[in-house]
Amino acid sequence: MSSSLEDRLLEATVKLIEAAAVWLPSDVEEALRRAYEVEDNPVTRSFLKAMIDNVEIARAKRLPICQDTGVVMFYVRVGDRFPYIGLLPSILRRATVEATRRIPLRPNTIDVFTGRNPGDNTGRYMPWVEWEIVEGVDYAEVTVLLKGGGSEVVARARNLTPAEGLKGVMKYVIEAVYEAGPQPCPPVIVSVGIGANVAMAMKLAAKGLTRPVGARHEDPEVAKFEETLLQAINSIGYGAHGMGGRVTALDVHVDYAPRHPATLSVAVAMNCWAARRATMRIYADGGVEYTTHPHLNKEVV
Amino acid sequence: MAEYKLRTPLSEDEIRELNVGDVVYLTGVAVTMRDAGHKRAVELLSKGERLPVDVRGLALYHAGPVVRRVGDRWEVVVIGPTTSTRMEVYEYDIIEKTGVRMVIGKGGMGSRTAEACKRFGAVYTVYPGGAAALQAEQVKRVLDVHWLDLGVPDAMWVLEVENLGPLTVVIDSKGRNLYEEMYRMARRRIDEEIYPALGIR
Repeated sequence: MSSSLEDRLLEATVKLIEAAAVWLPSDVEEALRRAYEVEDNPVTRSFLKAMIDNVEIARAKRLPICQDTGVVMFYVRVGDRFPYIGLLPSILRRATVEATRRIPLRPNTIDVFTGRNPGDNTGRYMPWVEWEIVEGVDYAEVTVLLKGGGSEVVARARNLTPAEGLKGVMKYVIEAVYEAGPQPCPPVIVSVGIGANVAMAMKLAAKGLTRPVGARHEDPEVAKFEETLLQAINSIGYGAHGMGGRVTALDVHVDYAPRHPATLSVAVAMNCWAARRATMRIYADGGVEYTTHPHLNKEVV
Repeated sequence: MAEYKLRTPLSEDEIRELNVGDVVYLTGVAVTMRDAGHKRAVELLSKGERLPVDVRGLALYHAGPVVRRVGDRWEVVVIGPTTSTRMEVYEYDIIEKTGVRMVIGKGGMGSRTAEACKRFGAVYTVYPGGAAALQAEQVKRVLDVHWLDLGVPDAMWVLEVENLGPLTVVIDSKGRNLYEEMYRMARRRIDEEIYPALGIR
């Protein structure tokens, strides 16, 4: 394991974080542009215009899209035959520190007990990393999510009774969006997890925020549930930043695990319109491919 | 809906002319305060002390910027509004005791702030949250900074702004709150249209 490989992967990860911070994924940007076409309220349109202009300025000047650059969360799907797994934990941590200095990111990690902000977006368990092992694969897929605070304040989870059923789940989600109002910077991405306990449900809901806008669940039944919810949410009428309009959510993602006979747990997580995420693959030969930001593949890594 | 270009110091008369839904572009001085700044400000004011900056007639901005130190100056890299609802508990006192005329944020504020806006002649406006790179172009200069001991996001940044906007008036000085009206409309749609269509309840 040469140190140059480690340095290269570190640099590639800093670049991944920068891509997430400054370059909105194309699926999200296209959804914003569609919202601009669909709305007719002039104030709502002026807000969407400002947001789209902002996306372009951020990209051109390599500036963070939003001043709340969030907390750094990694979702890593690592193949059981991926050779560099031992390098990843320290690379993810060092890349967070370096990206904070270089981009720069706002230092957002405050120790709960001491109140201290280390200034580099690290801390106990930070950056947050969710690991998943994929069988029969020799590469790793690293997704970074820069998760803002405003859209986090409205996340929630609860145990419904099984009698409440999927209708109860729908109601819980619609009420979450209603109460959130303009606070999470709509149009939002709504992600719903259902399972045997709230820990499972929230884990699935949080993970759903890494899914692209427009990507439906592979199970047609669940996909239909997502579409029904999206239509219902967009009938509420908030529009961009609560200025009134047809697009309150860019998309709804749902995932589930089985419930326990006694439980029906549901969790709702949301992302703001500035849904910042980036994904790269690290191959067994050390090569890196950016899948959400393919333009980066042309630049020397 | 009307569009205004305003300049600080803002007079009570020009603020009282604004209605919810109006769009404002602001030039002049905006001072940032968020959670920790509001808490400290209210503590000082309750003891009869002054804030480091006289914000009478200025805009109070709920924001925590990303900044960079360039030589002996600070430079705003990007800046944008934070969710204002957290500042609701402080804002009545701030508006009453400082004479600030415009509060800028996002996400909405409640009835106490609306009461203060009506009584003392102020408005609450929102800027599209997340549009931080665009807004950085509207912030010309950091004039001063106080309370850096609270950390960069929570410090009091004194900013020179030019055509800061679009700022939409969400609470005017006549007792109207655009977001409260929006919530009421949403409730009605959910109960009368969305739930019946889904067979809920």
